[in-house]
Amino acid sequence: MTAHPPVAARRPRPGGRARRAVTSLAAAAALLASAALTGCAEQRDDGVYTVLNSSTDETYHRWDAEAMARCGKRLGVTVEQQSVPASQVMTKALRMASSKSLPDVVQFDASEMPVFAEAGGLVDLRTLGLSTDHVPDGIVDFGSYRGTYYGAARSVNTLALFYNKDVLAEAGVRTPATWDELRQAARELTRGKRYGLALSAGGAEDGVFQFTPFMWSNGGDERELDSPEVVEALDFWKALLKDGSLSRSTVNWTQADVNDQFMAGNAAMMINGPWQVETLNSDPDLDWGIAEIPVPEAGADSVAPLGGAVLTVPRTGDEDRQRMAGRIVACLTGEKEQLTYALNSWMVPADERAAAQWRARVPELDALADQVAAARSRTAQVGAGWPAVSLALQSAFQSALTGQSSEAALKRAQQRATSGN
Amino acid sequence: MTTSTVTAPPSDAAPRKDAVPDPARARLRRRLIRWGFVAPAVLFMLLFFGYPLVRNVVMSFQHYTPKTFFTGEAPFNGADNWSSVLQDALFGKALWHTLVFTAGSLLGQFCIGLALAVFFNRRFPLNGVLRSLILLPWLVPMVVSGIVWRRILDQDTGVLNTFLDTLGLGGHTPWLTSPGMALLSVILVNIWIGIPFNMVILYGGLQEIPKELYEAASLDGASAWRAFRSVTLPMLKPVITVVLVLGFMSTVKILDLILALTDGGPADATQTLGTLTYQNSFVELDFGAGAVVGNVLILISAVFAVFYLRANRTEGK
Repeated sequence: MTAHPPVAARRPRPGGRARRAVTSLAAAAALLASAALTGCAEQRDDGVYTVLNSSTDETYHRWDAEAMARCGKRLGVTVEQQSVPASQVMTKALRMASSKSLPDVVQFDASEMPVFAEAGGLVDLRTLGLSTDHVPDGIVDFGSYRGTYYGAARSVNTLALFYNKDVLAEAGVRTPATWDELRQAARELTRGKRYGLALSAGGAEDGVFQFTPFMWSNGGDERELDSPEVVEALDFWKALLKDGSLSRSTVNWTQADVNDQFMAGNAAMMINGPWQVETLNSDPDLDWGIAEIPVPEAGADSVAPLGGAVLTVPRTGDEDRQRMAGRIVACLTGEKEQLTYALNSWMVPADERAAAQWRARVPELDALADQVAAARSRTAQVGAGWPAVSLALQSAFQSALTGQSSEAALKRAQQRATSGN
Repeated sequence: MTTSTVTAPPSDAAPRKDAVPDPARARLRRRLIRWGFVAPAVLFMLLFFGYPLVRNVVMSFQHYTPKTFFTGEAPFNGADNWSSVLQDALFGKALWHTLVFTAGSLLGQFCIGLALAVFFNRRFPLNGVLRSLILLPWLVPMVVSGIVWRRILDQDTGVLNTFLDTLGLGGHTPWLTSPGMALLSVILVNIWIGIPFNMVILYGGLQEIPKELYEAASLDGASAWRAFRSVTLPMLKPVITVVLVLGFMSTVKILDLILALTDGGPADATQTLGTLTYQNSFVELDFGAGAVVGNVLILISAVFAVFYLRANRTEGK
């Protein structure tokens, strides 16, 4: 910002003390106004590129910084990251869009990307030369909105059934594969202060993310929340709660809380994702295993939600910078970088070749890799309408788990989800 | 504006030979000087209060979506936002929760705060230490208190239920997990947070009351209760008004505590106007609807501000 000399002060006039006071006030006002105006136009620095992401954890921030340094070196530019909490990426990016100061790359949670894409804020990555040759179709869809590929994933995650091997062995319980087996196992494993199963039904995206595998594996669909398949899935959750296999606090837990409960020995099994593995491994006495989320009937497909973030290139209006941003995204999502990132974060690489190597290196997470292969994106059907569906669904399963009938709760959810659009 | 008229004074200001100043001009100048002192405050208010307020009202009549951030276009859609928000059953629920939450919190905070203030108004050993310890809840950031209380109130592993259990008092209270209990629990936590503020201000007010009044009252044979009712309360009235109005303003817009404790759940049982406007604007990204709820909040606060000013005016007479 350049400091403008206050206009009024430059021509001093005789006029006594009072007038001087008034002129200096005017000067202050002028300064304030000029400061407010210059604040808007942010000059972009040649050779310095920014990535907006949500890597606020020390480890993730460091891994990203290292990856960006490697890619920057290869491309001859400096890549800087700006990290804000995950829930603020969207609003921050929108604010930046209105002040024309968008970063060169934004890492969105994939369920949020369609909102930004629909607003016309993203560049088609294929026009920037990104290839999807080695990315499985499901993950291309995951990063696409209305058929356009806007977001490249470095890694993806999903949900799986984690279980405490010692507890299961002691109780002589086999890893459940169907809903009936899960219900039975959870009941048998519930003992004293320990619940058979822990999951998150909290009033936020966490809870919805956890409900989707039950809804989808049963043939339910987010466009028809009051269908019998969705009602059945919710009734299954209710049954687990009624059996006493789930804590009543389930409605107040985030996925991190669920992990805490599992690690504290308050739950024998849990539904959770690979991002917890690092924490789980911090306890050397905990011997955990992982399996696909049980399905309604033996032989049915276990359909879990795809989670994770995608790297996007927002429309900054500067074509040259956008092209370079595309190359940065290509480098960060390259086979080698994906493998490094996946091994660090315990998530599954998006690239087929990297995923194959990853499987060989982390055989204990095989079940997760299988689950990812069949996983579904939350926004494939409803796109930018997902936030409304998610809010309606949260309210519905919380109502049902605290006493209402699943049918009535979901009927209202369907009305609420569709009235907004 | 006033400032521009001053920087460019009329040209006939230059000759100042006559010693007798024109009374009309002198008055004008005095008035300008006064305005000059008010101007920064007015400017500040217009910029940081007036503009957002007007903007928020305008926004509530616009179709304001993520696209608007790119195009800058937000077409007016009449009263669509208002009718859709007001017809939403959730809005009525949130309004009711907000009123219950505010009334309950203020009642609890004020009564306990006043009792503690009266208690600490006496001299006794460790008075100062205890008084500063009671301030602690106020010093802890709201989000931190929220997260800690969420753990304390956990149904199975929370400290509170475990404690009740060892006392043989059940210990299975679903504090935050039953829609029937959650609002009450949130109110209790907010009371805990608000006690220090009430106590400190009321304690300050009590210190101002001349001791002679109590002496006179006891000479007249007034009991402690009578002295409290006829001396303490009337003398404390201005302070009580301030405490309640400030408390009202900060309680009615509650957001952070509820987000940390329950996220508005379970089943929207703790959804307030604050959480609803947050959800509309920043989760659903429907800024028009969020603005509607925000405006209702402002309206409620404004009504109370009017009462407050009224009360102050009669106080001044």
